[in-house]
Amino acid sequence: MSAVRVLVGTRKGAFILSADGKRDQWQISGPHFGGWEVYHLKGSPVDPGRIYASQSTSWFGQIIQRSDDGGQTWQPAGNQFTYEGVPGSHQWYDGTPHPWEFARVWHLEPALDDPDRVYAGVEDAALFRSDDGGQTWRELPGLRAHGSGAQWMPGAGGLSVHTVLLDAHNRGRMYIAISAAGAFRSDDGGQTWRAINRGLKSDYIPDPDAEVGHCVHRIAMHPDRPEVLFMQKHWDVMRSDDGGGLWYEVSGNLPSDFGFVVDIHAHQPDTVYVIPIKSDSEHYPPEGKLRVYRSRSGGNEWEALTRGLPQQDCYVNVLRDAMAVDRLDPCGVYFGTTGGQVYASPDGGDSWNAIARNLPAVLSVEVQTLP
Amino acid sequence: MIRVILPAHLRTLAQVHGEVALDVPTPVTQRAVLDALEARYPTLRGTIRDPLSLQRRPFLRYFACEQDLSFDPPDEPLPEDVLTGRQPFIILGAIAGG
Repeated sequence: MSAVRVLVGTRKGAFILSADGKRDQWQISGPHFGGWEVYHLKGSPVDPGRIYASQSTSWFGQIIQRSDDGGQTWQPAGNQFTYEGVPGSHQWYDGTPHPWEFARVWHLEPALDDPDRVYAGVEDAALFRSDDGGQTWRELPGLRAHGSGAQWMPGAGGLSVHTVLLDAHNRGRMYIAISAAGAFRSDDGGQTWRAINRGLKSDYIPDPDAEVGHCVHRIAMHPDRPEVLFMQKHWDVMRSDDGGGLWYEVSGNLPSDFGFVVDIHAHQPDTVYVIPIKSDSEHYPPEGKLRVYRSRSGGNEWEALTRGLPQQDCYVNVLRDAMAVDRLDPCGVYFGTTGGQVYASPDGGDSWNAIARNLPAVLSVEVQTLP
Repeated sequence: MIRVILPAHLRTLAQVHGEVALDVPTPVTQRAVLDALEARYPTLRGTIRDPLSLQRRPFLRYFACEQDLSFDPPDEPLPEDVLTGRQPFIILGAIAGG
C-alpha cells in the first residue's frame, strides 16, 4: 500500500508525520534539529529517501542538512552561500542602498531528474544551486543581474526568494518569486531571467503596475499544465494562462483576497486551494474562522471548506510555504498553522483532521507520496 | 591542550559531549583556536564566524578567565590560564527569551 510522509518545518525544529495510504493514523517523529528554525525541507522527486532541510538561527547562521533514508538520519551538508562577484546593493526600507547580505535559505527545491541537484531560494534574494547533494553551492547570478535588482526592497519578512518552480515539460524553464520584487521566469535553466508581473496591480507601491516591486506571496503550478500559474499576492489571487506573460485576478467571492498559500489538486488542474487571511496587519482568518477555500473552476468561484476546521476563536496564520498536496486518489491536502497545528484532508478538502496539534509555529509543509 | 566549551546547539551539531580539547599551534590566539576547532569539526564552519570575513557572529561571545574577550583583536594571545589548560575558552550564545 502507498504511504505519505509530511515534512513539517517549524520555528523550533523539523517534524515528519507518516501514514499509510488511508491517511487516518499518523506517526510523528521529531523534533529534528530541535531549537533551530527550519524554514523548509523537501524530498527529491526521483529519490524519496533524499531529503534536504534548511536549518538556521540568528545565533549560528545557516546549516543545510541532508538525509538519505527518508529523514531517519541526517548529515550536515555545505553552508557557504557566497554571492557571485561584487554583490552590489538593493533598496533598504528607507529607500537607501543596502548591500546584499546572505541571511538564510527560505526554500529548497530538489531537481526533477537528479537527487544531487537542488536549488536554494535565499534571503537576501538570490538563487543558488548545488550539483553535489548540497555540499557546495553556487549562485545563479543572472537573477540579481536582471537589471531591476537595485530597485528590490524587502517586505516586512525580508527580501527573499521563497518560491522555486521547475517545469517538468520544459527543462530549461523555471519560475521564482520574491517578496517584495515579484515573479520572474527563466527559460535557460536559471542563467537569464525576465520579470513576469504584467497584470499585477499593487496599490502599496508608487506605480501600481510597475515591472517590479509586487509582493508575491506564493505561486503554484500543476505539473501536467505548467503554462497555467496561480498566485497568492499581498492582496489578490491571480492566474496566468501563458507562463506568467499576463496575469488576471480570480479572487472572485473570497472573503479576503489576502493570504499566503495557494496550491492545486494533484489530479484536477482547475481545482485550486487558498486560505484567506485578514489584512492589513492582523494576519489571522476573517471572523476567527479557519477556512480553506476551493475553486473547481480555476478561480473566481470559491467554496468554503470548514468541516473539521475551527470555526470560532481561531487566530492563527498559515505561512506561504505551509500548504501541500499528495498524489494519492483522492488527493490529500495539508497545511500547517502558526499555532502549531497541521491539518490534513484525505478527500480533496471536503473534511479535515488535525494530524498534529501542538507543534511549534509551522513555517512549511511538504508532502512525499511513497509507493 | 586548549579546552573549549561550545554552546549546546553547536555540541549537538558537532556531535561532541562536554568540552573539546584542541592541540593549537602557537601563538595561541582566538583565530588559532577557532581555526583548529573548525578544522577538527568542519560542520562548525560558518556557525561561529562568518566564513568569509571571519567576523564573530553577533549573538555569540568569547569568554575566558572571567573576562569578555569578544572585542579583543583575533590575533592577540589568549590569557596564560587558557594556554596552560587551567581555564577553558568559552564560546557562548547570547541569552534570549522565546
